[in-house]
Amino acid sequence: MAKEFKIEPLKVWDDFKKYREKYYRDYLEAKDNGGIRWAGSAWAFDAVPAGLGEDVYPLTGEPYGATVAFFKDFSLQALEAAERKGVARDLCGYLRNYWGSIILDKYVLADGTIVEGFPKPDFNYTIHICCTHAKWYHRAGELEGGIPTYAVDISVGPGYLLDDKKIDYVVRQLNDSIEWMEKVTGREYDDELLIKAVYAEADSMTTWAKICKLNQNVPAPLEEKSMFTLYALLVLHRADPRVAELYHKLYEETQDRVKRGIGAISNEQFRFLTDNPPPWAFLNIYRYMEREYGAVSLGSIYTFGLEGAWLGMDEKGERWIWEPAPTPEEAGVEITNREEALRWTAEYNLRYRPGWQHPYSHKIRKLETLQMIRDWKADALIMHINRGCELWALSELEVRDYLVKHGIPVATYESNMADPRDFDEARTWNVIDSFMESLGRKKLSKQ
Amino acid sequence: MGKKMEELPQYKQFSEWIENRHDYAKKWKQNNGGKVVGYICTYVPEEIFYAAGVLPVRILGSHEPESITRPYLHDMYCPFCHDALAQGLEGRFDYLDGIMLAQSCLHMRQVFFTWEERCGVDWSYYMEFPHGVNNPHASEYLRSLLEKFKSAVEEWTGTTISNKELDEAIEIYNRNRELMRRVYELRKSDNPPITGLHAMEMVVSSQMVDKREHNEVLESLLEDLQDVEVDREIGTRLMIVGSEDDDREFFRMVEYEQNYPATFVFEEHCTGARYFWNDVKPEEDRLMAIAKRYVTRVPCPAKDWPTKTIQGRRRFNWIERWAKEYNVEGAIIMQQKFCDPHELDIPALRELFDKLGIPHLFLEFDITVPVGQFRTRVEAFLESIGEEDLFI
Ligand code: SF4
Ligand code: SF4
Repeated sequence: MAKEFKIEPLKVWDDFKKYREKYYRDYLEAKDNGGIRWAGSAWAFDAVPAGLGEDVYPLTGEPYGATVAFFKDFSLQALEAAERKGVARDLCGYLRNYWGSIILDKYVLADGTIVEGFPKPDFNYTIHICCTHAKWYHRAGELEGGIPTYAVDISVGPGYLLDDKKIDYVVRQLNDSIEWMEKVTGREYDDELLIKAVYAEADSMTTWAKICKLNQNVPAPLEEKSMFTLYALLVLHRADPRVAELYHKLYEETQDRVKRGIGAISNEQFRFLTDNPPPWAFLNIYRYMEREYGAVSLGSIYTFGLEGAWLGMDEKGERWIWEPAPTPEEAGVEITNREEALRWTAEYNLRYRPGWQHPYSHKIRKLETLQMIRDWKADALIMHINRGCELWALSELEVRDYLVKHGIPVATYESNMADPRDFDEARTWNVIDSFMESLGRKKLSKQ
Repeated sequence: MGKKMEELPQYKQFSEWIENRHDYAKKWKQNNGGKVVGYICTYVPEEIFYAAGVLPVRILGSHEPESITRPYLHDMYCPFCHDALAQGLEGRFDYLDGIMLAQSCLHMRQVFFTWEERCGVDWSYYMEFPHGVNNPHASEYLRSLLEKFKSAVEEWTGTTISNKELDEAIEIYNRNRELMRRVYELRKSDNPPITGLHAMEMVVSSQMVDKREHNEVLESLLEDLQDVEVDREIGTRLMIVGSEDDDREFFRMVEYEQNYPATFVFEEHCTGARYFWNDVKPEEDRLMAIAKRYVTRVPCPAKDWPTKTIQGRRRFNWIERWAKEYNVEGAIIMQQKFCDPHELDIPALRELFDKLGIPHLFLEFDITVPVGQFRTRVEAFLESIGEEDLFI
């Protein structure tokens, strides 16, 4: 008889949901009170526009694209609208949902309400690391009738190979971008607000890493489907001090769950990891795994590494360390001016974001993934061969080969994080069932 | 009576170099005692290799169907990448002493690392390269990367690359660029002496052989081109715009096997003008001079996006200029299937051609081109351009 664990709903759950709902609405209504709107990648240096004032509201494109994808009917309209305008079907799924929304001139709120008129930003602000980011917002700006766009090039390689010249290159661009923002918005920049945001950003990202680490416990206090809702605030606006506060609350609550042996699912008997953004319109995969196999998804290099800050590769580039990266306070650093703030945010992001490390080479991703399997005591990895994102798909097959050689069971299913047309539900269930069967796991409903 | 281009020994030489690229490299090694390095993307600063006595050769595909890359490379990665990696896995480049990639697109990055691990090379080097070539700090950053790269090459080859060797390499490379531009220049005339197929063979072969030898052939070609007899109808003046493309079958079909005559007068891709159009402008700091050349060259769409000062696409300015200077009447926008950098520009590119009043046809290339299907589409396209002329 499998052990039964106590479960409890998360107390902070509603706060996270509310923040997200408010976020999309705030962006929509920003102009009513003379606020500033900017749009860009969830990987943009979120703390930098914060210096423009306390009424500055971002819209990050990937989570927006995922939100659209979640509402299948609207997503289909958006994807088809983009295709009618000559946008290739194999491009980033988020981007096509985003461009499609602009073309339809419709905006979707977190609860699925569709609003007429896509709210234009005052400017686009992004980073560029995959082949898409800068070109996404450049074209979005054109479709919106000429919105200025600034992209910070972060093509400087992984953290352990950083040097001063590389950091300088990024910091110079950040400095330039402030001047540019002042020009396009006509606002004077406030360094104090920047500093506050830089502290908050590190606080949010490091705290998230600490939360993820707690999932090494048995039973796991959190499961990945809920973590998608929890990590969302990091991709929306991690430099907002209110977001950092919410992560502190979540951290405390998760610690308490661990102390009291509260699980994410009551029948945890199989622990697995995933590796990519999921097909957003089909998150029922996770519930299926729980129900049928008592299988809990502990997280992934995506959920932990997209916006969590981790030590990552050691200095020699030989070992991956899944330990939370230090915040300025933990590192004993005091940030007192613009230059220090920009340097900190540049280096912290470049060095400690797993999502900026492993696209460099599959060697990194192999070490990272294997270490995660060991540290989180996972039984297997279920890999989403994702047609929707060329960056997260990078090296997947090499990683699969490596894990299999290390005796780790790996299942793969092909789909698309943001184009529901690429998801074959029946085939995916089949893949999962045969995989679990091959591991000697029987469906609980058949026992 | 002048000769036809096909009969010129220089042209035959280009074709032969392409056909026998592997034998050429092997022989070059024997004769020169130097190393040969393979590169996939044209952002590799070849001058530095050349200055160290290393021959850089481009790894291109064979356009033969393959299935050996599937265990390593995602299906939705571009066919050029699959084709190039397949050559490596099959051992066709086993004579290479090293491989190098200057950061370009993600697909190619994975080809590089998979090649490094699975195809067996003694030396490999991945150089970060600024993606934001339109930002004012890119040259200085690239210069710092070139410095490290130069040291790595010196260590590998056991040489010291002095200014003298760099100057010589820069001169030879610039000469090659200048000569190819002069050949392109002749294509502005009403009766261009060469076709797109000829031009492609000239440029692709330049990526496979010692530039010194290539320069000699180009010099004599330029003399002989004066007397070339053009016995074909030029028809519609076409420009091709897009991703890497060395598919000679396609060019042959468009220029030689159509009911409606057509000639390519310009190729805007990295096996065409984007490869050689810009020179290194000499300055005291040689590495800075090289860095500036690679940053300011006609950009690949993977690197062409706005910054503070540049809001448009720098490449589009070139396309517009070339389309006008070469009196282009129709454009074929070709793209390797799944090539994100190009796909991202295509809607705007079509708008550009609309603005210029130049009809355009979009085609998606795979490892092997479906010539029959493309023939019908190209024919319909050329026919429609012809009809437009009738009603002017
Ligand atoms: S392709 Fe992937 S990494 Fe690039 S913008 Fe889209 S989701 Fe982000
Ligand atoms: S054709 Fe496109 S995807 Fe392929 S290697 Fe070139 S830039 Fe990359």
